[in-house]
Amino acid sequence: MCAGAELNDRIKEISDKTIIMKIGINAVLLIVIAIAGYCQEKYFTKVGKVTFYSKAPLEDIEAKNNNAVSVFDKSTGQVEVSTLMKAFEFEKALMQEHFNENYIESDKFPKSVFRGMINDLASIDFAKDGKYNTSVAGRLTLHGETKDISAPVILNINNGKLSAAADFKIRPEDYKISIPALVKDKIGKEIRIMVEINYEMFKR
Amino acid sequence: MKKSIAFSVLYFIAAITYAQEGGLLKELDPEPQKQYVTNAFKSSRVINGHSMEMIGAGVLDFRILHRFGQVDQGLYEVFGLDQASMRIGFDYGLSRNLTIGIGRSTLRKEFDGFLKYRLVQQSEGEKSFPFSFILVAGSAINTLKSIDSVKQSLNSRVSYNYQGIIGRKFNSRISLQLTPTLIYRNFVEAGDKNEIFSLGFGGRFKLSKRMAFVWDYFANMAGFPKERSENPLSLGIDIETGGHVFQLHFSNAAGMNERAFITETTGKWSKGDIRFGFNLSRVFTIRKNN
Repeated sequence: MCAGAELNDRIKEISDKTIIMKIGINAVLLIVIAIAGYCQEKYFTKVGKVTFYSKAPLEDIEAKNNNAVSVFDKSTGQVEVSTLMKAFEFEKALMQEHFNENYIESDKFPKSVFRGMINDLASIDFAKDGKYNTSVAGRLTLHGETKDISAPVILNINNGKLSAAADFKIRPEDYKISIPALVKDKIGKEIRIMVEINYEMFKR
Repeated sequence: MKKSIAFSVLYFIAAITYAQEGGLLKELDPEPQKQYVTNAFKSSRVINGHSMEMIGAGVLDFRILHRFGQVDQGLYEVFGLDQASMRIGFDYGLSRNLTIGIGRSTLRKEFDGFLKYRLVQQSEGEKSFPFSFILVAGSAINTLKSIDSVKQSLNSRVSYNYQGIIGRKFNSRISLQLTPTLIYRNFVEAGDKNEIFSLGFGGRFKLSKRMAFVWDYFANMAGFPKERSENPLSLGIDIETGGHVFQLHFSNAAGMNERAFITETTGKWSKGDIRFGFNLSRVFTIRKNN
């Protein structure tokens, strides 16, 4: 935007330039800005892994989802992860049915979305191979409820490829997921969530 | 000058676009993934008839069905509860689209077995399909002792049933299905036809996360001696508690396999010939996925 304004001033100084010329340059600048807007340096995936574990006295439950969608913008540190609830796979068909029907209510709330920011972005050199222990903070929407969360994240850059891993815990009651007294010994008070994402460069 | 103002506005808009917060995912314009529609019914039966729901791969469904006597018998018979007819059965999910099942009814000492295969599952998103299509083929054999005057051959004790189930879960509450049915009985009384066509109408309306209102009706279309066969209508409530599904209902039918409830229902709702009954389903995971 600054570059655009400077050029504008210089154009104004040159009095004999035609208005058509002005319009032309302005148009070119707008296109440049528009392209810059689209070509921010982003990473994405549509095959992110999200796994959750519930440990309880009577039953351990594990579910995997290999279709999480995520976008990470390295210029701003913004990261978003969207996970389809019905894509979680359980070892027991009945667990999957109860998860969708009784707890997460996936017909009503089909997706979980996390929007957040990677901390200490300045210390990360995306051009060089390396491993960074950082963290992410943002808002997680699950079962229609949105809560602030933060989690440690390991960013790994290997041959220019970025991967991210996060590991954190949530409490079902924070997201208004009601667990009847009858099954309280089968579902953990805290659910551990692990996210593993291998990013690809985002090309438009 | 006016033009520079106009361009300034455009630059401003461009800057906003550039610096826009959130909504990163929108840029991916995610193609909606194909997702199967699940849990159209709580159980693999609407009440008497098969539902569009399959049981999971590796899951054993142990089913105990009871049909009591007619409610109008009064307190002496505890409104029919003193008389019970039952079917005990096991269904097993060989895969997510193929279920096999066997059962035994006290009525006519009948064994039955079936294969249920889902050809198409309702889905949404990319390459979606608006309904599920399921085929059921079954057979039943009665094992009553022959009496001297009527010697029944093995062949004459057998009947077959074939069903196509076209079902759709319209939303999280409402699921409806149509079940064209053909029943073939090897042995029938004089004047009756061997093959019988019936069209089933089943549905559920979910009342809460764990409870649903269900209805199951079969309209007998052809091959029936009308005076000896009524259309079975059952109305009930499904209650799910963890691994159990309780289906409590009132019906004019006493039979618990296709041949019995479609061809041998004699009670009339209009005369109050209704019975209380329940299906109890308990599932066990025999084989775990992955």
